[in-house]
Amino acid sequence: MPDIILYTKNLCKSYAGLQANTDLNIQLIQGEIHALIGPNGAGKSTAIAQLSGELVPSSGSIYFNGKDVTLMPVYERARMGLSRSFQVTSVFEEMSVQENLALAIQAHHGHSFYFWAAIQKNKLLNQQAAELATQFGLLEHLDLAAGALAHGEKRQLEIALTLAGNPQVLLLDEPMAGIGPGGSKELTRLLDGLRGQYSILLVEHDMDAVFALADRISVLVYGELIATGTVQEIRANEEVQKAYLGVST
Amino acid sequence: MIFTMNRKFIFLLIALIVLMALPFVAEAIGESYVISSMTRVLIFAMAAVSLDLIVGYGAMVSFGHAAFVGLGAYVAAILSFHVNEAIPVFNFPFSYDGSNNLLLILLVAMLVAALVAAVTGLISLRTHGIHFIMITLAFAQMLYYLFISLDTYGGEDGLLMQGRNQLPVIDTSDDRSFYFLCLFILAVYIVLALRLVNSQFGRVIQGCKLNEKRMQALGFNTYWYRLTAYIIAATGAAVAGVLLANKTEYVDPGLFSWHLSGELLVMVILGGLGSIYGAVIGAIVYLLLEQILSAYTEHWMFYLGPILIFVVIFARNGLYGLLQKRLNGHA
Amino acid sequence: MLLFIEQVLNGLQLGFMLFLLSAGLTLVFGVMNLINLAHGSFYMVGAYVAATVMQATGSFLLALLVGLIMAGLCGLLVEVIVLRHLYKRDHLDQVLATFGLILFFNEGTRMIWGRQPLFMQVPELFSGSVEILPGIPYPVYRLLIIVTGLLVATGLYLLINHTRLGMRIRAGASNRSMIAALGVNIRWLYSLVFALGALLAGFAGVMAAPLFAVESGMGESILILTFVVIVIGGIGSVKGALLGALLVGLVDTLGRAFLPDLLQWMSASDNANSIAASLSSMGIYLLMAAILAFKPRGLFPAG
Repeated sequence: MPDIILYTKNLCKSYAGLQANTDLNIQLIQGEIHALIGPNGAGKSTAIAQLSGELVPSSGSIYFNGKDVTLMPVYERARMGLSRSFQVTSVFEEMSVQENLALAIQAHHGHSFYFWAAIQKNKLLNQQAAELATQFGLLEHLDLAAGALAHGEKRQLEIALTLAGNPQVLLLDEPMAGIGPGGSKELTRLLDGLRGQYSILLVEHDMDAVFALADRISVLVYGELIATGTVQEIRANEEVQKAYLGVST
Repeated sequence: MIFTMNRKFIFLLIALIVLMALPFVAEAIGESYVISSMTRVLIFAMAAVSLDLIVGYGAMVSFGHAAFVGLGAYVAAILSFHVNEAIPVFNFPFSYDGSNNLLLILLVAMLVAALVAAVTGLISLRTHGIHFIMITLAFAQMLYYLFISLDTYGGEDGLLMQGRNQLPVIDTSDDRSFYFLCLFILAVYIVLALRLVNSQFGRVIQGCKLNEKRMQALGFNTYWYRLTAYIIAATGAAVAGVLLANKTEYVDPGLFSWHLSGELLVMVILGGLGSIYGAVIGAIVYLLLEQILSAYTEHWMFYLGPILIFVVIFARNGLYGLLQKRLNGHA
Repeated sequence: MLLFIEQVLNGLQLGFMLFLLSAGLTLVFGVMNLINLAHGSFYMVGAYVAATVMQATGSFLLALLVGLIMAGLCGLLVEVIVLRHLYKRDHLDQVLATFGLILFFNEGTRMIWGRQPLFMQVPELFSGSVEILPGIPYPVYRLLIIVTGLLVATGLYLLINHTRLGMRIRAGASNRSMIAALGVNIRWLYSLVFALGALLAGFAGVMAAPLFAVESGMGESILILTFVVIVIGGIGSVKGALLGALLVGLVDTLGRAFLPDLLQWMSASDNANSIAASLSSMGIYLLMAAILAFKPRGLFPAG
């Protein structure tokens, strides 16, 4: 039995009578890249929002590192090492890239109730921000406002913010959205480089990226998980083909 | 870059020299009332800076900031009232006779404001946007009515102080000394505020303003940071309130009014949100405009209103934004 | 018991008055996303104009008509000249600009009508009292306010739920980009909604004129109550505004009427009276804080 770092038990979410997630049982194995796919409106974003803590489940529970985190607020999960990226790029547009990265790093340096010392002279923050920028190819843009970055670069910054505190689990919500085939390839390479270091739950529409990256795939249709398996198993699964792959290819 | 820093530095130096020289000039030309009205400007500048800390940097648009000015003012008036009347403020668990010591009063005022801010903030900060504006207004209104009902302290008519609170060495009853005291406190407060917005805490507050959801996903418990900022701002306003009470030697429930909260907001927006100097400039310009207009016409508000509207529509980053363009030499 | 019924009616009367003010304000918030601190100014304009016309002609109907037209016209002008430029701006800019408008209107009325408050007679037709229940006489004029409030509420309900215009307003309140996509002339729609709100505020002002002193700044004290109403009711919801208005009207009136006795009864302390007075003034704010603490977006959040 491999180590399961994050799993859900009969997770349900309904909005005003509409069932968005029904009895989800997702298991994320330590170190794997696990893709969560499904047609639009299948409830992928709802699932991510519940895992990260933005939405409170209607019923069921979520376990992270063996601990029940179902009702734990977003920031506490983040501090425990459960980190998410956003589908719509969510960086601090008016701050520079350096400030964005420093802020993300600061989040994991204990508390930030320091009222006096000038932040730009904080050597540790600056050094770690520079390291992070190097890793994500953002070093030459450090002083640029995040809002002025090209779309693909903004995406990379988004991932960098997500990785800042050395989390254990990454919840990546459509990281490839809208960055074009070139950017998509580059980001795929980058995520591939993270394999093994982090356990990644990847929601993605770009099937090339999914097939290139995923160790396992779960398929969500109408809020229900219809299959989980390796890339080959999912490709071969008739139900999946009927419900999803058949339509899109 | 160095050039612009120098320009800014020179500008600040000139401003400081002007403010230092002002009382002497005013006395020399026999217009010593200027000292009193400039003292008022300095006090309001301080209140505006404290409001800017939460509005400009933290996007917490409080429409009840005057409440903390009022609390500070009443602390000053009440504590000295009890000394002068020789009635203890309270008898349990120990007897306390009140005080006329300005330092102690400042401390008590900050504590009271912090306490009230903590309680009201706990509730207010659960809301956002327009709801936050309204709930802060509601809390200020509550205090307004509370102080109207306090008959011991004059109720609606307010409370007259018998002279200013005292300090060792400095003679606070002298208008010029009091002016310098206010200038000194404002200068110290500006330095503190500048450090604050440039610290780790300040960065977090600004992050909450720009994208609170992201801040939480990064692992920040934004609620506590925002609450702390709210409390810090309240203590600043309370200090301004103590000084204001001492300046006029009179307090009334009008200090809690939404009108004063509105004026403080106007100063902050007028000067330019999210810049400490902007708030100072906003306070100076607003109050001077008020005084100049009222010198010409009884109906000065009739003209001030459209001027404010004009500023909103055409100077989007406030006056400091305009000034910054000039100081930096480019857009 | 008799007193209680009378006070309930007073509460309803205040509630419907607040509803006239808050219906327009909540629509302007909901549809245009605009904070308008100067909404009370239209109330004041309605009251001043009506009092003046009434003094000059003695005709309440004429006073009502002219008051409504002037308030609506002021609203339209303010929208076209100033507020139109601020819809896409930050709420703070709107606060500053409409604060400027308040100064302008308050001082403007002082320049025209002077500092002395005006008083307006209750129109003769409605000046008496009727016995609503045996032993309870109640002023006809106050009843009239309740009835007109009910009529306006019904009218607004029909307008919003059963007309084309209402459909657009609803669409605007829940999804701004959608009505643009529908090809509705937004400028025109916004001006209309704003003028309608101003008209209703003016209506409240006309109706209030015989009950309160007509004076500069009268708009602000009631405006704050109006804000409390729409925040309690949920911004953008006319239904919320109605319920919020009645709730605030009742809590405020009943609190002022009965809290002092209640406290006196519970404790014989000398302070009971002044404490009760302050508690009952604070009542609606306590109510609002309590509601927002549990429902941060009000009772009936729209959209």
